[in-house]
Amino acid sequence: MTEPAIVVDGVSKSFRVYQERNQSIKAAVLRRGRSRYTDFHALQDVSFEIPKGSTFGLLGRNGSGKSTLLKVMARILNPDAGSITMDGRVAAMLEVGSGFHPELSGRENVYLNGAILGMRKDEIDAKFDRIVEFSGVGDFIDQPVKNYSSGMYVRLGFSVSIHVEPDILLVDEVLAVGDMDFQEKCMEKFAQFRDQGRTVVVVSHGLEQMRSFCDQAAWLDHGVVQDVGPARRIVDEYADSSHAAKPVDGGGMRFGTGEIAVERIELLARDGGDPDGLQTGDGMLMRAHYRAHETIERPVLGVSIGTREGIHVWGTHGFDAGWVPERIEPGTGTIDIRIDGLPLLPGMYDVSTVIQDFRRTVIYDSLQRGASFTLQRGERDNAGGIVALDVAFGGLDPEQPIVPLSRLR
Amino acid sequence: MSGGVTTARERRARRAEERATAFSLMRNLALREIRAEYKRTVLGRVWSLLNPVAQIAIFSLVFGLLLRLPVPTGTNSEIHFFPLWIGIGVITWAYVSGSISGGMSSLLANQGLLTKVYFERSVLVVSSIVANTTTYLTELVVLVLITALIGGPAVLLYVPLLVPLLALTIAFVIGLSLMLSVALVYFRDLQHLWAIFTQIWMYASGVMFPVALVQQAQDQLASEGVLVDGQPLPLVTIFELNPTERILAAFRNIIYDYAVPSLDTWLYIGVWAFGLLVIGTLVFRRFSRNVVEEL
Repeated sequence: MTEPAIVVDGVSKSFRVYQERNQSIKAAVLRRGRSRYTDFHALQDVSFEIPKGSTFGLLGRNGSGKSTLLKVMARILNPDAGSITMDGRVAAMLEVGSGFHPELSGRENVYLNGAILGMRKDEIDAKFDRIVEFSGVGDFIDQPVKNYSSGMYVRLGFSVSIHVEPDILLVDEVLAVGDMDFQEKCMEKFAQFRDQGRTVVVVSHGLEQMRSFCDQAAWLDHGVVQDVGPARRIVDEYADSSHAAKPVDGGGMRFGTGEIAVERIELLARDGGDPDGLQTGDGMLMRAHYRAHETIERPVLGVSIGTREGIHVWGTHGFDAGWVPERIEPGTGTIDIRIDGLPLLPGMYDVSTVIQDFRRTVIYDSLQRGASFTLQRGERDNAGGIVALDVAFGGLDPEQPIVPLSRLR
Repeated sequence: MSGGVTTARERRARRAEERATAFSLMRNLALREIRAEYKRTVLGRVWSLLNPVAQIAIFSLVFGLLLRLPVPTGTNSEIHFFPLWIGIGVITWAYVSGSISGGMSSLLANQGLLTKVYFERSVLVVSSIVANTTTYLTELVVLVLITALIGGPAVLLYVPLLVPLLALTIAFVIGLSLMLSVALVYFRDLQHLWAIFTQIWMYASGVMFPVALVQQAQDQLASEGVLVDGQPLPLVTIFELNPTERILAAFRNIIYDYAVPSLDTWLYIGVWAFGLLVIGTLVFRRFSRNVVEEL
């Protein structure tokens, strides 16, 4: 299985970034056909091979060229230099429901979308029932798609795409589609693809997804390949590099795209009072002071607690907590996270926050160790570890007398 | 296949498959356009007939009744009916100009598709023209039926000639649209410029007046002493240089006159059609490769 399915050989691609776009004849005449532009090198001499039957991830920051590379692979863009050789039928899933017409029925759109993705009519005929079943739109299939809920629309589009069953599938950030059930079905389908020896190339921001989903990966930065190899290693390398974050004035480190940022994490006692003297088992109120630079749709806030030694103790985010605001308008504000009890042993703890987009593919802001608190010894005492569990010893069999508490202190 | 080495046969098979998928896509996109066009209208497809009927009525009133243009008599059919004569011109011109403007803007109109999926790009231009052609075909059938009622069923003998003529017209329109569609992506002004040009082109194609009128003007100018090298100003020759004038004349020849267009006409239209198709294809191939970046 070492035969390559895709050979990327010395691919370069640059775009012209116009100071003033020359799309009117007047502008062209005035400047005699020349328009001012600078070249943006999206890809520079990129070379690697993708083995047949592998699931290959492309990762890198926004603007690193990974989507451009995917588009070159999909033949949507033409490379300036170099070549890409593909062995087998290729389908690209850069968008779901390409070419769907709202006034046409689901059925008509399946045929249309299928044809756009390169399926012939007899092929769609054969797969039609499976496509509808997978999408779960049921009887709605003969309704115009404008009557579909957004979920149905996306599921139908995704279902068509996934039934193209190409030898090579190129996917861009469309894994996070539909509800949990549907996502599970999709993952199953991708696993099936792999078992059938098909090659899948994925571009994603979701590092965890990449780590578990891909077996090989390439890491791009500013259009240059940084490394290619086993996904786990590459994801770790990438994570380390991108977490090389900037230190923050108030303590901690920060990285992210910065559309919204947690400026300060305020820690209070549960009643909103002074947090000094917090004990094991006490409640706590974390107040995140944020500043948004633009309207953020459905931000997902995450919080985590770690020990000074860097052990991840606990974490949750709005998705798990069932709390995601529709939007946050530009400006400043606060968000409260209330913890009823801290079952942690005495010690120093750090609090980190992260704000992501709804699909959790973009990290707007990650404030690492933005605040810290010290837990004092409480009523309950535990000997070692991190967490304070409720314990009770007993049931000594055969029975023996127990040393009285007073003798233990 | 091993090690990426593809044999000629495999390449051929792949290309055949690509052609098949491109054809299937073309069919589907054309269907989308046809199906979606009159969705949610009460009259639906009837509109595609009502529109030209209204145009014919207007042109007949203005040019036939008010301006009293000479009504040509069909050479073999003896038909003497201005609305029919102008109808052939109006409907065919609407088809030609509509197809060109539709085909021309098809790349821009489908930006979303172009930036997200790879497929043979020319399919967009061709499918838009195919959709227009199917509408034109129904109109043509109605025209021929009306002609048969007025001038007798002999028109049916000449109908087969419409097939090669329509084929040449389609080639002409596709060639021009291919060229214009990529040009439009680079120069958006073209859309507005083209709208003006189409107005001029309509009059230059003799949609609502016969050549006889041009001949009249030429003779009158000559009698008034406007001469070039002792010859009358060759208005008719210039008029007939316009390929669409020839195309409209050929359609009228077949349907209105019950006659076979002259060999000279066939050749002239043929040269234009093939010339434009070849040049259009070459231009499109050369410039469509990087069109996505300009969208």
